[in-house]
Amino acid sequence: MANPAPVAPAPAAEPTELEKRFPGAVKRDARPGYEGHIVEANKLREVATAIRDEMGYDFLSSVTAVDYYSAAPGAENFIEVVYHLFKSTGGGALVYKVQVPRDNSVVPSLVDIYPGADFQEREAWDLYGVKFEGHPDLRRILMWDGFEGHPMRKDWIEPYYEEDLKPFKNRWPEGQVYRIEDHNPFGKNVKYPQGFDPTGFKESDDPRMYATLEQAAREYSEDIDTEQVVVNLGPQHPSTHGVFRMAVRLDGETIVALKPVMGYLHRNHEQIGERNTWIMNMPFTDRLDYLASMSNNFGYALAVEKLMGEKAAPPERAEYIRVIMAELTRISNHLWAIGFLLNDLGAFFTPALYAITERELILDIFEACAGSRMMCNYFRFGGVARDLPAGELDKIKDLVNDRLPRKVDELDLYLTGNELVRSRCEGVGVISPEDAIAFSAAGPVLRASGVPYDIRRADPYSIYDRFKFDVAVRYHGDVYDRYLIRVDEIRQSLRILQQAVTQIPGGEIMTGKNPYQVRVPAGEAYGRVEGPKGELGFYIVSNGKANPYRYHVRAPSFINLTVLEKMCVGSKIADVVVNLGSIDIVLGEVDR
Amino acid sequence: MYGFGILKGMWVTLLHFFETFIDDFRWMGKRYYTAEGIEHRRNKGAKGIFTVQYPEEKLPVPEEFRFIPFLVYEVDEQGNKHDRCTSCGICAKVCPPQCIWIVRTEDPVTKRPVPEPVEFFIDIDICMNCGYCAEYCPFDAIKMDHDYELSSYDRHTQHIYNKDKLSKPVSYYAEIRPANYTREEALKAAETAKKAEAAAARAVPAQPAN
Repeated sequence: MANPAPVAPAPAAEPTELEKRFPGAVKRDARPGYEGHIVEANKLREVATAIRDEMGYDFLSSVTAVDYYSAAPGAENFIEVVYHLFKSTGGGALVYKVQVPRDNSVVPSLVDIYPGADFQEREAWDLYGVKFEGHPDLRRILMWDGFEGHPMRKDWIEPYYEEDLKPFKNRWPEGQVYRIEDHNPFGKNVKYPQGFDPTGFKESDDPRMYATLEQAAREYSEDIDTEQVVVNLGPQHPSTHGVFRMAVRLDGETIVALKPVMGYLHRNHEQIGERNTWIMNMPFTDRLDYLASMSNNFGYALAVEKLMGEKAAPPERAEYIRVIMAELTRISNHLWAIGFLLNDLGAFFTPALYAITERELILDIFEACAGSRMMCNYFRFGGVARDLPAGELDKIKDLVNDRLPRKVDELDLYLTGNELVRSRCEGVGVISPEDAIAFSAAGPVLRASGVPYDIRRADPYSIYDRFKFDVAVRYHGDVYDRYLIRVDEIRQSLRILQQAVTQIPGGEIMTGKNPYQVRVPAGEAYGRVEGPKGELGFYIVSNGKANPYRYHVRAPSFINLTVLEKMCVGSKIADVVVNLGSIDIVLGEVDR
Repeated sequence: MYGFGILKGMWVTLLHFFETFIDDFRWMGKRYYTAEGIEHRRNKGAKGIFTVQYPEEKLPVPEEFRFIPFLVYEVDEQGNKHDRCTSCGICAKVCPPQCIWIVRTEDPVTKRPVPEPVEFFIDIDICMNCGYCAEYCPFDAIKMDHDYELSSYDRHTQHIYNKDKLSKPVSYYAEIRPANYTREEALKAAETAKKAEAAAARAVPAQPAN
């Protein structure tokens, strides 16, 4: 695996605002296909503060690392930490990077400037071994506590390793078939550190986590001195929507501190993505947020098409099909979220099943068009996999013009005015707009706090600028508003759909030939879509070869969890489950 | 009025409850265990009970539904089977979880590769049903199946399908995917006609020169 082109001297260009402001500490990233600035590590905090306060880039979308590594002698090896920032008032990205050596990768932490960097920095530490100096709680987040090494580094090799890159050579033409599981038996598929005895494993990170809970508890003052207890909710509990754990420190019934623990479903999606060829990643994105696979396809296709340029611009009809599918996905996802929020409230399964009925009709459409209800794998670079089958458009029209509006009204009548729902939801888990932005919350969580930030409007992609719709926004920032905003968004999606199904033109659904090996020029791209759960971003780096050099997913439900502690502290233990339900997480995406 | 919201909600559930019986009465028992009944329960006007009693009732699968690939073979007049597969290996190369193994051989005399594969394996435990093999096959030789009831008693020995188990006749393909089959055959016919025309065009100007 060769590095992308090394840093070339910058062409004589007008210095940017940032370069003028910080001479010497900031220089433009001049590698072909790259954008943004490279910041000196020791000036990072100063630059970041200025960018936030003076330039107005207050929303930290993504923090991730890239390992530029080549075993070839004399190669320039370093780790790059990449930051993507946006303004909460809309507009394009500001990108800056920090380059540090691989053997001593220390970067100042930005947690106190952007609290939303918390989990993302922990992830970069976990997977890349970048030490974020000043991070209050730098523990592993996705891998298990006793894990040795940092698995996303290019020189790390998994215990069951076939080859660096797919396709593997023994599949064809010799076809030496064997069961993978026979070569990778259970119990021997984990690599332990030297001299490590798994049965006697005691060095868990839990004491460190409990210590941070205690730290938070000391800051919490109460007039009467009471004994506080730590309760672990999960990992196996139906209310967590998967395998997810929350360690909660309680004072009576009041939450003093909360730490989410995740990674139980971690499969190193990004490492798999870097072994895969470009097109192979498409069905893998379905498995991230498995309730909204069309949106995942959309984000990944957008990111790769950005790199491929004009020759992969999808034709009109494909754009319309994409929008129709993405909005249907949003509706089905929100129906699910609402249904299961009510489940979390204790209204066991009647609301959920009413909502799922409608979702099922949408999934029938996905099955007829894409071939699968949930693992759609429908988008390709430059279009979609196949045209809508005969009669499907009429079915979609029936749904969006007739049935779904009726059923959303019914759901509204059924739940919104219910006094029990209101008393359980109103004023619970309040997040102020400032906090929502600072913690990088996105999607319904952000908009329910009064920030009308919707990427479809703020930074339009595909053909969303053609449709009339309102950005749903609510102002209380509580669980009830996060419920209402989903109802609003379903209605807005229906508006978009009603326009799209009448405007959809005929014609091609694919630009070019849909080859099985795509050519992606060297460079980087960040493609983001307004997924049902929030901002879904894909950061990809290509070195011009058949496989992505770096493939990173900015998972909305993972980053939205950063704000969970803020939501819960001060409220009662019974509300934790509702707060979590109102964020609407999917563990396939949180743990990746 | 406090409690009015709850009453409104309960009215909705009550309606749902009665809708099933009203619909049952209208359909006079034909609502269940019949193809029309299943279709009625999943159309846009569906009311009341929505669930399908699997395995007694099964939802019809749409044409594009994909589940585990199969290999298409043609049968000639003598009843001999011919694989469409030419062991080009594109399916094995594009397979995201790499669950396809193909054995290609050479002709012992000419040393050129024999088109039909000697063996073809798919590990159905690993297959993720993405449908890429069928999508990118240039010879329409591998297609996605509709049969989703694949459970077996021993996954250790029965879940790697070999060529025998994977091969199905082209008539089966035409039956489960009629629209795709018709489209592909029309394309092929057009291509053959074009080739014949080109050959004829080449042949015509050659004649006066003789």
